[in-house]
Amino acid sequence: MTAEREAEVLVIGGGNAALCAAITAAEAGARVLLLECAPRHYRGGNSRHTRNIRCMHRAPTRVLTEAYPEDEYYEDLLKVTGGNTDEALARHVIRTSEPAIDWMSARGVRFQPSLGGTLHLSRTNAFFLGGGKALVNTYFHRAERLGVEVLYEAEAIDLALDAGRCSCVTVRQDARTFAVRARAVVVASGGFESNLAWLREAWGPAADNFLIRGTPYNMGRVLRALIDRGAQAIGDPTQCHAAAIDARAPKFDGGIVTRVDCVSLGIVVNREGVRFYDEGEDFWPQRDAIWGRLVAQQPGQIAWAIIDRKPIGRFMPPVFPGVRADSIAELAAALGLPVQAVVKTVQDYNRAVQPGHFDHAVLDGCRTRGLSPEKTHWALPIDSPPYYGYPLRPGITFTYLGVKVTPRAQVQLRDGGLAKNLYAAGEVMAGNILSKGYLAGIGMTIGTVYGRIAGEEAARHAAGARQAA
Amino acid sequence: MSAPSGDLHQEGARQMGICNSCRYCEGYCAVFPAMERRLAFERAELEYLANRCHGCNECYYACQYAPPHEFAISLPKMLGEVRAASWRSHAWPAPLARSFERGGLVAALALAFGLAAILALAAALGGGGASLLAARAGGDFYAVIPHGVMAGLFGAVGVFVLAALVAGLLSFWRASGEALAGFARAHALAGALKDALSLKYLDGNGAVGCTYPGERSSQARRWFHHLSFYGFLLCFAATVTGTVYHYGFGWVAPYGYASLPVLLGTAGGLGLIAGPAGLAWLKLRRDPATANPEQTGMDTAFLALLVLASLSGLALLAWRETAAMALLLCAHLGVVLALFLVLPCGRFVHGVYRFAALAKYALEQRRPGLDPGRE
Ligand SMILES: Cc1cc2nc3c(=O)[nH]c(=O)nc-3n(C[C@H](O)[C@H](O)[C@H](O)COP(=O)(O)OP(=O)(O)OC[C@H]3O[C@@H](n4cnc5c(N)ncnc54)[C@H](O)[C@@H]3O)c2cc1C
Ligand code: SF4
Ligand code: SF4
Repeated sequence: MTAEREAEVLVIGGGNAALCAAITAAEAGARVLLLECAPRHYRGGNSRHTRNIRCMHRAPTRVLTEAYPEDEYYEDLLKVTGGNTDEALARHVIRTSEPAIDWMSARGVRFQPSLGGTLHLSRTNAFFLGGGKALVNTYFHRAERLGVEVLYEAEAIDLALDAGRCSCVTVRQDARTFAVRARAVVVASGGFESNLAWLREAWGPAADNFLIRGTPYNMGRVLRALIDRGAQAIGDPTQCHAAAIDARAPKFDGGIVTRVDCVSLGIVVNREGVRFYDEGEDFWPQRDAIWGRLVAQQPGQIAWAIIDRKPIGRFMPPVFPGVRADSIAELAAALGLPVQAVVKTVQDYNRAVQPGHFDHAVLDGCRTRGLSPEKTHWALPIDSPPYYGYPLRPGITFTYLGVKVTPRAQVQLRDGGLAKNLYAAGEVMAGNILSKGYLAGIGMTIGTVYGRIAGEEAARHAAGARQAA
Repeated sequence: MSAPSGDLHQEGARQMGICNSCRYCEGYCAVFPAMERRLAFERAELEYLANRCHGCNECYYACQYAPPHEFAISLPKMLGEVRAASWRSHAWPAPLARSFERGGLVAALALAFGLAAILALAAALGGGGASLLAARAGGDFYAVIPHGVMAGLFGAVGVFVLAALVAGLLSFWRASGEALAGFARAHALAGALKDALSLKYLDGNGAVGCTYPGERSSQARRWFHHLSFYGFLLCFAATVTGTVYHYGFGWVAPYGYASLPVLLGTAGGLGLIAGPAGLAWLKLRRDPATANPEQTGMDTAFLALLVLASLSGLALLAWRETAAMALLLCAHLGVVLALFLVLPCGRFVHGVYRFAALAKYALEQRRPGLDPGRE
């Protein structure tokens, strides 16, 4: 180790949670050092890929329609997690999400005006103008104006926990390794979704076929160090948000555009040419988070969405054009699927489609009868060429394994105690709230709320230590 | 999805395809709502979208796919290139447009200088040599160049410029797939006028301005553009007032320092110095990843002529009673003539094509769009 640095508050990470913590601590008067392991251009972790935040509100606001009360938000969370959440923490996040929008606006984040319409998320979710990278840029500018010192390409690789105190964080920048001593430390370094070896450890060889939708920099090094040094882990390493995305997407960082939104308007078959799940169970935005896992359970971790001409223009245009053919048999051949099996699947499906009035804007009455599994909405016969096929792979968004925290963001230790000057925010503690399942926009809510709490607590602790010194 | 390609419109289709799947930037500007009505981006669509982009760079700094990301998205650069190509391909007459493609600044300055020299020569021959350097009490321009000659010259150039602008506009309009009659639709014109006159999209979404020339929001470009735009309008108003004075009331120039044409012209001239100079200064400091170097020459030429026209006009006003007047007058008229001649093939046309793009959107909004049933 060649050199040492000091800071009052050290923030590890450069995404939403880290920035909220750094800004809050700096506004409270602390001298803050922030470590971002990515280069400046790729700063902002997964937060740079986001577009909205889910917020409770009792009345319509500038950016949210109608009302979204605490209990409804909590019910929604219970539904997706199967009742397995830390109620105190979850309710705390939900309640504190209400003033979050004003806090964000006051620091320069801009939102899109709320849009009407039933299909829109604008009752529950506020959309960032320009998306998450614009938000991240705004926060970095704000932090720099407040005097936060930012180090890029500076990776925290280890930390020391002595009697519950984080005495030192080891950092690597370029070829140099140095120690940072801080009065308080906030860990906001995301999950371990970019760490292919760790994913393989959790999922087995199937993980080799996963694509990572966001940043390649969330290697989980600090998470691993925390657990190794005695922090209490929470969550199952295979639990994560995973969507079914286009198999032709890049291995990392493909982001939002790699999604395939026509699943609910067609059918999905696996490598054997057989359907395996109700494609029309619910609106796609409510379902996309389970399809990653569904595809991960198929042989070879791959599947294909098949549609005919009718849905074109009724779903978000995909980045990768569908493979196109004039008959189902030709399409199956072009996709490299067993032709007879696919033809039979489509024939059986077409025969099972019941008459009904198709409307992709509501849970319509178009369904199949006599299939296993059924398709329960938006079931139209697939009979109008040209036909299109889109290959699907599991796309990992972020992992839920994290460290257990108190409602004040303090890291809990395996020995039952609390870390004295160590706080966690964002993905690295999201598992306290999300045991499984996902609610669109809650990732940013957890990061914003807990980033602020961690920043406030860290600044307070640092101020106390300053006075004592 | 293919790798970035050399072909401008193929590359444009690639980038717009990614944006159309993403749409994070839809709140920034007029490009995105028009993009969302489409699934394919051929040349006509790209030219239309490009002329709705005002190069504010917001979407570049907000883009998670900006280079060095492998998707390499830079709409300000790509749309800027498509836009410049669309101006070139629709400009009339084509040879004139081509002469400004390369070395725009040098060509424009040479044109201005040449015209000024011709005027000076003509005045000298007409007035008998020595009189060119004589001071004239009251600063009588028409003693140097007779009013009839001046009015005839500018009238002819004015008609040419107008014809050229209209020709370009119509060519662009037809290529965008709209019928000629569409332009005359009341709601198209009204919608376009409203958006154009309020400079709606230059406000950068409220109070913060836009990310130009760098990543931090700034109002600078908006203010410099306002100075240029209103400066231009004021100079135009000064000319119109002068014309009304001359023909309506028989009041002949030069007018007093406190007269309306001089006040309007002075205010406009100051705007046309500060505005374009500021815009050029910002342009130099802009991120190269957002810029289209091919267009820089043409833009700089136009900005330089605007500044020169104002400077020479103000100098003429200040020294109109001295021996320098005749030469200053020739220089000023030469620059203004050159400015007019490059209007149809320079940066100025952005106003014209943008107006057409706004009118097209007003028509389009009344047609049914796509419904992707999004979040
Ligand atoms: C494509 C996509 C779209 C999404 N859309 C949404 C959405 O619309 N709404 C929503 O709520 N959620 C969304 N999410 C989830 C959301 O991104 C996360 O929940 C949220 O960004 C987590 O914020 P964070 O600050 O905890 O982590 P991140 O934003 O990932 O930040 C982690 C930071 O830590 C840095 N880091 C990691 N390790 C180290 C180390 N050892 N040393 C130093 N720095 C380190 C990283 O470089 C990064 O800057 C989306 C995710 C993806 C991938
Ligand atoms: S510029 Fe980038 S962020 Fe904006 S819509 Fe296009 S792809 Fe999305
Ligand atoms: S540069 Fe500005 S005007 Fe052009 S597309 Fe991007 S946001 Fe729109």
